[in-house]
Amino acid sequence: MATNTLHHGATADAHEHHDASGTKVFGFWVYLMSDLVIFGSLFATYAVLMKGTAGGPTAADIFELPFVLVETFLLLVSSFTFGMGVLAMNADRINQVKAWLAITFVLGAAFVGMEIYEFQHLIHQGYGPDRSAFLSSFFTLVGTHGLHVTFGLIWILVMLVQLSTKGLNDMTRPRILCLSLFWHFLDIVWICVFSFVYLMGVL
Amino acid sequence: MFGKLTLESIPYHEPIIMIVAAFMAIGGAALLGALTYYRKWGWLWNEWFTSVDHKKLGIMYFVVALVMLLRGFADAIMMRTQLAMAAGGAAGYLPPEHYDQIFTAHGVIMIFFVAMPMVIGLMNLVVPLQIGARDVAFPFLNNLSFWLFAVSAILVNISLVVGEFAKTGWLAYAPLSGIEFSPGVGVDYWIWALQISGIGTTLTGINFFVTILKMRTKGMTMFRMPIFTWTSLCANVLIIASFPILTATIALLTLDRYFGMHFFTNDFGGNMMMYVNLIWAWGHPEVYILILPAFGVFSEVIATFARKRLFGYKTMVWATVAITLLSFIVWLHHFFTMGAGANVNAFFGIMTMIIAIPTGVKVFNWLFTMFRGSLELTSPVLWTLGFIITFTLGGMTGVMLAVPAANFVLHNSLFVIAHFHNVIIGGVVFGMMAGLTYWFPKAFGFTLSEKWGKRSFWCWFIGFYVAFMPLYVLSFFGAVRRMQSYSNPEWQPWMILAWVGAVIIMLGIACTIIQFWVSIRDRKQNADVTGDPWDGRTLEWSTSSPAPFYNFARLPEVGDIDSFWSQKQRSNEQLSEAPYTDIHMPRNTVAGPVISLFALVLGFALVWHIWWLAAVGALGVIVSFLARVFNDDIDYYVPAAEVARIEREHQQRKTTLTADDTERQQQDYVEARA
Repeated sequence: MATNTLHHGATADAHEHHDASGTKVFGFWVYLMSDLVIFGSLFATYAVLMKGTAGGPTAADIFELPFVLVETFLLLVSSFTFGMGVLAMNADRINQVKAWLAITFVLGAAFVGMEIYEFQHLIHQGYGPDRSAFLSSFFTLVGTHGLHVTFGLIWILVMLVQLSTKGLNDMTRPRILCLSLFWHFLDIVWICVFSFVYLMGVL
Repeated sequence: MFGKLTLESIPYHEPIIMIVAAFMAIGGAALLGALTYYRKWGWLWNEWFTSVDHKKLGIMYFVVALVMLLRGFADAIMMRTQLAMAAGGAAGYLPPEHYDQIFTAHGVIMIFFVAMPMVIGLMNLVVPLQIGARDVAFPFLNNLSFWLFAVSAILVNISLVVGEFAKTGWLAYAPLSGIEFSPGVGVDYWIWALQISGIGTTLTGINFFVTILKMRTKGMTMFRMPIFTWTSLCANVLIIASFPILTATIALLTLDRYFGMHFFTNDFGGNMMMYVNLIWAWGHPEVYILILPAFGVFSEVIATFARKRLFGYKTMVWATVAITLLSFIVWLHHFFTMGAGANVNAFFGIMTMIIAIPTGVKVFNWLFTMFRGSLELTSPVLWTLGFIITFTLGGMTGVMLAVPAANFVLHNSLFVIAHFHNVIIGGVVFGMMAGLTYWFPKAFGFTLSEKWGKRSFWCWFIGFYVAFMPLYVLSFFGAVRRMQSYSNPEWQPWMILAWVGAVIIMLGIACTIIQFWVSIRDRKQNADVTGDPWDGRTLEWSTSSPAPFYNFARLPEVGDIDSFWSQKQRSNEQLSEAPYTDIHMPRNTVAGPVISLFALVLGFALVWHIWWLAAVGALGVIVSFLARVFNDDIDYYVPAAEVARIEREHQQRKTTLTADDTERQQQDYVEARA
């Protein structure tokens, strides 16, 4: 999808030395791969430390799958709504783009809110990240993902402002494409979190 | 109000530190005074600090690296002096807690703030020119990367005077670096300096990876790229894949230290070996990030000065790619004694030895390029020859260390120290000195003094052997690394010999400083008006020296490896010159320095737990970044007429100076006849 939409933005300044929009999106892909290495390191750390419960709770003791499933669906649906936003952008319907981005924002914010609730609930029970190596690695892995989503939310707000002030142009189009990549990327990482951390922890 | 920071944090009672601080203050004040007196602030800010020109950024990387080299070398000679004195259990002049900071600072500075910026600086200067591009893919990020690196260097230097530096060794192994065993701020300085500069390095990696893949000029296929560009590409792949591991690892250590988490602690289920595994999963690729571009430099130098195409271009490329891949599956050889078991150790031992094969391929490629070439013994060639000998020896001691059984005896001894200095000085330092000499005229428009360059080489070359061969000997007597004094007085003669070697290396550094001074003084005589002082082979030599800010008035077309060389061979055919066109260029940016300044404030505040200041720093970073995001005015066009004017001036300079040359030669000839 991303490659199809690239030429859209690039035709505007065809005499350019290089396809600037395509370079930006490609560069962002490469950044995402490097970000994936961070998540890979955190997953590896979690795998090594998950048995290090130090007499504290284990994964099966604290995870509530139904709650996490709701979180998961919020994020999955938000990926769908962002996809709709990009389709609207390709059709040059700026108001629809804004509407879809706003819906995505609400879903993402609800996800982050649920995660914060889960975290503070655990900490309240005395199962904070300083309780054991297992909890340290759990909070850090899931929290790093949550922090990424939060940055994504801020980015959506910035794009909403820029869409209102600048409209769809050579600057905002590649940014929305990059943001879309970022958002789907976080969705994929979350699928891994859900499978490896929550599902395998409980089952 | 000021967190852990009190007046007590400044080490008044340490005369050595205070003397150094006084020198730094006097030097800094002199520099600032001179800048003010000569009204150079605006020039510095407009022409350099905010510049997005990759060539200027490359020069700035080198300037910072050379300053930090002096600092790192001062640490080295202090250690050698201590060990030359502290025989038979004598105390020497450095107390252990100071000595520990010095060996930590030496390693951190030499790798992160000397070797890395030299490598990245050279990439900046050369890669866009070699691929026929006008700039890198993301010029603003390039400026930001530099400043993130520069403020980290500042943070390390602040630790000298305010507080302390880590006493943990350059990789800050946990749990020693945890809050329990290192409660001071030293490790925090280490953390934030590396975290901030590491993010800059990751951005550089992405930037140059995209630049090389997307911005090559017409006709330059992957297998027509110069070898330095190839090795840079592989180094950047390594950066992209490994620096995030460093970022994650340091972040986990930070969480342990600041939030009482238990990743690497002895208790509560923590696993200290996880730290060692993670840090080396980054650390081993890191040494290849340093050495691969150095290999690239040697390849360019040898091909140029042997006046031959590089022998085995394709094998050189594939050897580089092989090393890139292998470098990710050898990390465990840094800690065979962990106890992973015989099979795991055997795997990593064999993988390590296999790396010697592509490296050997490269050595033969260089040798065969020289074979039947007309090798000119310039100083870059001397550095290259010195490298081939020294690096081969160092590689062999590396293969010895790769044998797990031998490693159990040699680990943690001076053998390891001698080995990695053998490859890093013989490889990276020699490579960067060769690259500096080779590309200096492209950056500044005049060549460096050969006489002083050769003197520097001989001092470094001889000094290296005198300084580090004794360490191999001492390691067989059982001398371990990181010791502040030793009981066996029989070691002392070897230690004194090593100190003499360090002094000889110091003379080499002095020669380099003199070389700069002499060359700048004689810049008129040594001017490079043609842009091609060495009769080079690759595109960077086809433009003027120093290259115009847009690099190429017309983007070159490439039909071959060493395209510029073959074009020169066909020079009698007149090229029809296309008219100049407008050139699209990025504007300078204040965002890079400003964001990084706030990052420095953030880092300093976090070191000292000054939370309100940390909030100011973080907010500053975010707001100044957003300001950049909302700025539309980031590029402009250089009109074709302006390009024509600059190119005409270059041509005029070339013809008049060449005429001068002919005149001078005639005069010389007449005088010789008389």
